[in-house]
Amino acid sequence: MSAREIFRIALGGVAANKLRSGLTILGMTIGVSAVIILVAVGNGSRNEVQASINSLGSNVLLVQRAFGGDVTFTQRDADALADEFNAPDVKRVSPVVNATGTTFLAGQESYEPSSVVGTVPAYAQTRSYELQSGAMFTAEDVSRHRRVVVLGPTVVQSLFSGADPVGESVRINGTSFQVVGVTASKGSNGTQDQDDVALAPVTAVQDAITGYASGLSSITVEARSGDVLDAAQAEVTSILTTRKQSADSFQVINQSSIREVATASTDVFTTLLGAVAAISMLVGGIGVMNIMLVSVTERTREIGIRKAIGARRADILAQFLTEAVVISAFGGVTGVVVGIVGSQFEIAGVEPAIAAYSVALAFGASVLSGLFFGTYPAGRAARMRPIEALRFE
Amino acid sequence: MSERPVIHLRDVTREYRVTEEVVVHALRGVSLRIDQGDYVAVMGSSGSGKSTLMHILGCLDSPTAGRYELDGVDVRDIPEDDLADLRNRKIGFVFQAFNLVPRTTALANVELPLTYAGVPRATRRARAAAALRTVGMGERLHHQPSELSGGQQQRVAVARALVTNPPLILADEPTGNLDSHSTAEVLDVFERLHNAGRTIVLITHEEDVAARAQRTIRLADGLVLSDTAQQAFAA
Ligand SMILES: Nc1ncnc2c1ncn2[C@@H]1O[C@H](COP(=O)(O)OP(=O)(O)O)[C@@H](O)[C@H]1O
Ligand SMILES: [Mg+2]
Repeated sequence: MSAREIFRIALGGVAANKLRSGLTILGMTIGVSAVIILVAVGNGSRNEVQASINSLGSNVLLVQRAFGGDVTFTQRDADALADEFNAPDVKRVSPVVNATGTTFLAGQESYEPSSVVGTVPAYAQTRSYELQSGAMFTAEDVSRHRRVVVLGPTVVQSLFSGADPVGESVRINGTSFQVVGVTASKGSNGTQDQDDVALAPVTAVQDAITGYASGLSSITVEARSGDVLDAAQAEVTSILTTRKQSADSFQVINQSSIREVATASTDVFTTLLGAVAAISMLVGGIGVMNIMLVSVTERTREIGIRKAIGARRADILAQFLTEAVVISAFGGVTGVVVGIVGSQFEIAGVEPAIAAYSVALAFGASVLSGLFFGTYPAGRAARMRPIEALRFE
Repeated sequence: MSERPVIHLRDVTREYRVTEEVVVHALRGVSLRIDQGDYVAVMGSSGSGKSTLMHILGCLDSPTAGRYELDGVDVRDIPEDDLADLRNRKIGFVFQAFNLVPRTTALANVELPLTYAGVPRATRRARAAAALRTVGMGERLHHQPSELSGGQQQRVAVARALVTNPPLILADEPTGNLDSHSTAEVLDVFERLHNAGRTIVLITHEEDVAARAQRTIRLADGLVLSDTAQQAFAA
């Protein structure tokens, strides 16, 4: 018999018992969509954790004075790290002067931002700050020691009640700074409010607030990519060791190590969800087998009739196997649809992100489970002796 | 009794081993010849072995001992899948319980033997519809078995039995579940098939049904009791 005839007969079998086929398809649908949705939830929560880590700035190294170390970083150190020849894996270097603890005044309002940073424009890129209004100060502002400042939304809220402050001025330590931009909100990174900041040219901050004696507080280094972060760390460490003639007076902190820990834990979470979903697929598969077994038993006479009028064993086997695969593949298709639709909604506070592999895997597994769980009942049907099948009540 | 026999049974027995100790001897040694074009009625009381005999004749079951040659070939030597083909090409079955495939239209039921024979769809449909018209069911092609009366279902079953043009038609109490009107209709179909040269073996326990055949074989307790040409024909 041709494949088309077998398919036609099998479809007839599926359609002949709509309720039973429908319930089996439902079981398969639940299994497949559970795999897709749960993996998407795991994936989504992993993305969220990564996004919050990335909001610190991606591929970032932080150069700081070691605890108890006596070392002062200067602009020259920062320039040395930006050397393309000695540090080919370094993309951007931002000197940072912390002026935390300074009070900002605007009219009658006063506020003390938790982070006041004197730096260069590259810092905004490295730390992934976007501007919602105005613009970041420029390299020229830095070289000309211009007194300009970019404020975070939290600061704007406190000093200007949320009104756009670009063009206004604030007094910092008695010196007037002109507001040139407001950063877009980044929210909390888990430990601190990243919107409670003020960024100003490093030169202006040293002129007006901190002075030059204490040098830079730290240097923020951005690697060219996540892959070369370790290489960049080695280059930075080597350059500074040479310049400072000491390896333990400073430390270079690598952000990818934080990310790895977080990613590993969300991966475990995703795997657990996937395992739960796989069990539900297994249950769906056993449902298919159950239905096929019932169907074979119930249709024993039909098998006898078919054999009496000339069906070969292979015809019967193909018919029942095709029925099982049609049912499970149909369940697979509806499961994929339900899974994709279901993943559009927020689940348990997580925005699910569909993983393509989970769709392929779940659909493939549903078809395979039809084949696998259909084989035994189909084989039983095919092996039946015609006369025994015909006599069956 | 001339020519080559279509059916040739020699001392055929069939035992059912029900339990270790209990063995039922359904056929105790049956020998018979049925020739091309014969119309034979097999009679006997319930349990005399009629159905067992028909299953063996139809290659649905095999003898415990003895030889059965169908068209000159000993069926014992034929592998199972080839037996399926042989049933498909040479034998048309009609059962007491109709045995149509449920939830499948009359047309699809009649098409089924042709499907297994690998006949293309269009030809199949045409031949199935023609067979259904032969039995007077041309108006009911798309009815399911559950929408047909017993007599109509049995006529569909007869159409299915004859659609492949088999030389041999085996019917096990085809009128057993039918009223007298339907019985007459089905027997008319058999008579026409007989006139067209088919070999027919019809099992029944009704004398008036058997009276339509040429020859009556009476079974009792697994043995042939008598084998007579019909009075009407003999006279
Ligand atoms: N599958 C079976 N197992 C055991 N005994 C059977 C089986 N089929 C038939 N028999 C027995 O064989 C005998 C003949 O049965 P059967 O050929 O069906 O008779 P009939 O069709 O003439 O009524 C009966 O005694 C019956 O009980
Ligand atoms: Mg019987």
